[in-house]
Amino acid sequence: MRKAIAAVVLVAIAAAGAGWVLTAPKRLPEARFAGMTGDPAAGERVFTAAGCASCHHAPDAEGEDKLVLSGGQRFASEFGTFVAPNISPDPEQGIGDWGLTAFANAVMRGISPSGRHLYPAFPYTAYAHMRDADVADLWAYLLTLPASDMPSEPHEVAFPFNIRRGVGAWKLLYASDDWVMREVPDAQLERGRYLVEALAHCGECHTPRDGLGGLDSSAWLTGAPNPSGKGTIPGLTPDQLDWDASSIAYYLESGFTPDYDSAGGHMVAVVENFAKLEASDREAVAAYLKALPAGGDMD
Amino acid sequence: MHRILTAVTALSLCTAGAASAQDYAGHLKARQGQFRILAINLGTLGDMAQGKTEYDAEAAQAAADSLVAVSMIHQGPLWPEGSSEMDMDGTRAKSEIWDDWEDFAAKWGALGEAATAMQAAAGNGAEAIGPAMGGLGGACKACHDSYRAPQN
Repeated sequence: MRKAIAAVVLVAIAAAGAGWVLTAPKRLPEARFAGMTGDPAAGERVFTAAGCASCHHAPDAEGEDKLVLSGGQRFASEFGTFVAPNISPDPEQGIGDWGLTAFANAVMRGISPSGRHLYPAFPYTAYAHMRDADVADLWAYLLTLPASDMPSEPHEVAFPFNIRRGVGAWKLLYASDDWVMREVPDAQLERGRYLVEALAHCGECHTPRDGLGGLDSSAWLTGAPNPSGKGTIPGLTPDQLDWDASSIAYYLESGFTPDYDSAGGHMVAVVENFAKLEASDREAVAAYLKALPAGGDMD
Repeated sequence: MHRILTAVTALSLCTAGAASAQDYAGHLKARQGQFRILAINLGTLGDMAQGKTEYDAEAAQAAADSLVAVSMIHQGPLWPEGSSEMDMDGTRAKSEIWDDWEDFAAKWGALGEAATAMQAAAGNGAEAIGPAMGGLGGACKACHDSYRAPQN
């Protein structure tokens, strides 16, 4: 009897130990970004396409102030309310003293410099697909932006979601290096895939989530309830969004639908960003959306 | 006694809400009608800018003039307090409009400026319409970002 109990205890300890190891933050190899120097001018396009400012500028910032990434915007979800942190170059309150490798670990792996898992409200599962050179360019560009000494506010997340190791388990389930659209036959679709799946992280809002908050790739970009609790976010697959490619590109440039209704809500920020990109980028996104299967089953 | 008073107050608030929702049906139609007129005229101009229809100076000018005309409608009477999406069905007007009416009015004013720019540009060819569309799109989005609730 005592032996049996001992065995059970041992198995439990082993399982807990394995779980502890499995859910530990897995940093990028130290050498991967060592010695790389980014080009801030090229980083601006990455910054715009990735929509960094849309979430990290101060809640009521307008115009040039949107480049002050002091944080403070609140994002409600069923797991709690996340507050965007200060990612301006301020060394105390922002991320100015991080260095490229620490930045890349946050952006591509969701790991803070102190080794904590970051919440996936920060779309690092999308940014994990970024090209290393783009991450380096983005870092170089961010350092050119104005510093803000506004302290970051804590997230309002209750038990059990406040246990950061749980995010490690979540990453095991949902973080993947694989693209959702596996085959891209030409350069335009490849660019479209890079924009939609990596930089612009469209799936974060336009794809439904399962009970644990992971994106459902069997219904990719088919629309989802608005995480704020009000209204729905529309589907983008060809069976739901029947606009032609040039209308999609024009919407991303001007904010006008084919009926000349205009974008609202968070899409306003997305359109503002896409309007600054090249026409070829907007056309690439349109081509990607037109290449999706009806129903969005990508599994 | 206190409880009865509370109940009566609550009831009267409810009925007051219901009554005003009825009264504002015409306001809603007027609000949404003016946006519909904007959309139709933007369509004329936007389709020319995109090359979907052939440029026609007269039609473009008429459309731009209509945008300016709508932008001159004084908005105050169309947006009575108690006609937000919280108060009644059939509208996506957020209650924030009345929290910051000055900003809302300023954003309507910005539409007027963008429409006036289009009025100056519309007669000068399809290429001139494109940038003016950008200004109008910006004015629409700026207001919708803050004051229009998401679609259900």
